[in-house]
Amino acid sequence: MSIYLNKDSKIIVQGMTGGMGSKHTTLMLEAGSNIVGGVNARKAGTTVELGGQELPVFGTVKEAMAETGADVSVVFVPPAFTKDACIEAIDAGIGLLVVITEGVPVQDTAEVWSYLQGKQTRMIGPNCPGIITPGESLAGITPHTIAGTGPVGLVSKSGTLTYQMMYELRDFGFSTAIGIGGDPVIGTTHIDALEAFENDPETQAIVMIGEIGGDAEERAAAYIKEHVTKPVVGYVAGFTAPEGKTMGHAGAIVSGSSGTAQAKKEALEAVGVKVGKTPSETADLMREILKSL
Amino acid sequence: MEYQAKELFAKHGVTTTLGVVVETPEAAKAAAEKLGGVTVVKAQVKAGGRGKAGGVKLAKTADEAFEHASRILGMQIKGLTVNRVLVTPATPPEEEYYFSFLLDRANRRYLCIASVEGGVEIEEVAKTNPDAVKQIPIDPGTGVDEAKAREIATDAKFPEAVFEQAVTMIQALYTVFVEEDATLVEVNPLARLAGDKLEALDGKVSLDDNASEVRHPEHEQFEIREEADPLEAKAKDKGLNYVKLDGQVGIIGNGAGLVMSTLDVVAYAGEKHGGVKPANFLDIGGGANAQVMADGLDVILNDAQVRSVFVNVFGGITACDEVANGIKGALEILGDEASKPLVVRLDGNNVEAGRAILTELNHPLVTLVDTMDGAADKAAELANA
Repeated sequence: MSIYLNKDSKIIVQGMTGGMGSKHTTLMLEAGSNIVGGVNARKAGTTVELGGQELPVFGTVKEAMAETGADVSVVFVPPAFTKDACIEAIDAGIGLLVVITEGVPVQDTAEVWSYLQGKQTRMIGPNCPGIITPGESLAGITPHTIAGTGPVGLVSKSGTLTYQMMYELRDFGFSTAIGIGGDPVIGTTHIDALEAFENDPETQAIVMIGEIGGDAEERAAAYIKEHVTKPVVGYVAGFTAPEGKTMGHAGAIVSGSSGTAQAKKEALEAVGVKVGKTPSETADLMREILKSL
Repeated sequence: MEYQAKELFAKHGVTTTLGVVVETPEAAKAAAEKLGGVTVVKAQVKAGGRGKAGGVKLAKTADEAFEHASRILGMQIKGLTVNRVLVTPATPPEEEYYFSFLLDRANRRYLCIASVEGGVEIEEVAKTNPDAVKQIPIDPGTGVDEAKAREIATDAKFPEAVFEQAVTMIQALYTVFVEEDATLVEVNPLARLAGDKLEALDGKVSLDDNASEVRHPEHEQFEIREEADPLEAKAKDKGLNYVKLDGQVGIIGNGAGLVMSTLDVVAYAGEKHGGVKPANFLDIGGGANAQVMADGLDVILNDAQVRSVFVNVFGGITACDEVANGIKGALEILGDEASKPLVVRLDGNNVEAGRAILTELNHPLVTLVDTMDGAADKAAELANA
C-alpha cells in the first residue's frame, strides 16, 4: 500500500517531448513507473523512444486516457501554458495531476484550484518534485535511487529537503514520499497527505517538512491533534529568513510577524510533534520512534 | 511605492491624482509652483508608516515644498533611504475608507477587505472595531463583475453619495489586481473629497514575480536598481537566486528548502563559535556547473563580511561528481580571487566520485566534511577564526 500512487498507476506526461519532460520520463521509466504515453498537440500520432520504450504521443489528454486508460498525468509544460494544461487534464477527468513546473503565476494556480472544485482530480503542486512510492512508481522528478520501500510516510514543501530526508532515513525506507510544492497556492496540502498516510496501513510513522510562509503548518498541527494517531516528526526550514524577503520558493516569505518558522515549530510542538533542529536531528528523532514501534 | 501604485491605478481607470515625482528640493519647488495652491510632499519608499516618520508634509507655498523636500530626501524610514518624493495637490478628505484585494493563501482564493473606517492602520480597526472591517471572499473563477461589486459596496456600507462611484472603482481595482497579476492591491485611504468625489489618495500594489516573468516584461520598470543591494543586483544580473543577509558564513546550496535549512544549521552551529551567522541565501538550483558555481562564489567572495563559505549540495538528479568538477572549475576561473576557506559537503548521487575529485584536487582552501551538521560547524569555526 501507499498513498495516491502505486504500481497499477498508468501515467501520461504532458510536455513529454520537451527537454525536462523527456529527461524525466526516462528517469520515471527507470524507477519502474508505468508510463503509457505523452501529450503534445503538435506531435500527435507520432512516437518517442525514451528509456528503450516506444511511447505514443497523443493530441489531447482525453484521447490519451481513452487509448491507454491513464489515470495520472505529470505536467512539465512551461509556466505560461501550465494553466491550460491543467484545465485540459481536469476536463478529461484525470485522477491525479502532478504539476512539476516552477514559476506558474499564482493567479493561474488560483483559477485552476477554483476550476477543480467538485471535480474528481487531485492536484499535487505546482513547483514540486512530485510523488514517489519506492519500488512501485514515480510521478515526478524525485531520484528513485535514494531510498527504498519502508514504513515512513514523508510530506514536504521542498524538493531537496525531501531528497535529504529520504537519504537520512534510507535505512528504513518509505511508503510514499510526496513533495507538495513551495508556491503560495498548491493543490494537495500537508493536511491531505497526513490524512492519507493516517489511512494507509503500510505507513507507520510520518515525517512532515515545512518552511516559512503562510500558515499551512499551523493548520496541519491542529489537524494532527484531532485526527492523526500515528507518530509524526516535524522539521521547519527558515528560522534565519529575514522578514519580507522571498527565499527561493515563491511562497517562502515571512510577512510581518506571520509565517515564521518559530511559530510553526511551536504550533507543532504544542500538539506533541517532535521537531528537529536540523534535518539529521529530525531523522534521528524518527529513527528512535521507528525502533520503538 | 505609492507613485508606482498610482500609475497602475490610473492605467486601469481608478480615480487618483498622480502628482509629480521628484528627486531634488528644487524640482519639488517647481512641481508645487506648477500645481499651485497647497501641496503635500510625500516620501516614496516601500514601507508603511511614512506619515508617522515625518515623511509626509503639507506645504502651503512652493518654498515650503522646497524646505520639506530638503528634509525628507535622504531621510531613513524603516531602514530605507528616501530618494524621491511625490508632490501632489492637497485634497483634504471628508471621509477616509480602506479597500483591498489580496491573495488569500490559506483558502486558495482572493479576498476583498473593505472598511468605511479607513485612513489608519486597518489592523488597528480590525482589533478595536472588527465589525467595521468586512472580509468578502472572491472566487478566482468568477471574479468581480458589476453585481459582485455592488454586493461588496453594500456589505462595506459605502454611503449613498459615493455608492455608484464605489461600484465603478471596485471593478477598476479588481482589473488592476487581475490584469497586473497582483497579490495585493490596497487603497488606504480611499477618500471622499469635497463634492462627494471618491479618489484613491494613497495605495500599494504587490506584484507576483512569477507572473511578471511570464507575461509582464513591463513590470521591470518598477524595480529601482540603485536602491537594490549591490550584491543582490550583481547576483540578479547573473541569474542567481540570492538574498543578502547580515553574517559571516557565505552559503551556496541547491534547492530553496535545503538552502534555507543550511542557513538555520549554520546559525545554530554559530552559537558555539562566537555567534557567527549566515551571510546570504544562494540557491544555484539543479545544474551546479563550473560557471554557475564560479558566479555564485564570485558574488559571495565580494561580500566584505564573509569569512568562510559553506557549499552544501545534495546530489539528487545532479551527480556529485559534476558538482565537484563545478567547484574545481570555479576555483580555476576565480584564481587568486578565491581567498576565503571553503567547506564543502556533498551527499547523494555519485557521492564517492565527487568526494574523490575534491580529495585529489587537494586545494588549500577546500575542506571536505561528510555531514551537513559537521560541515556547518566547521564553516562557523573558520568564520570565527
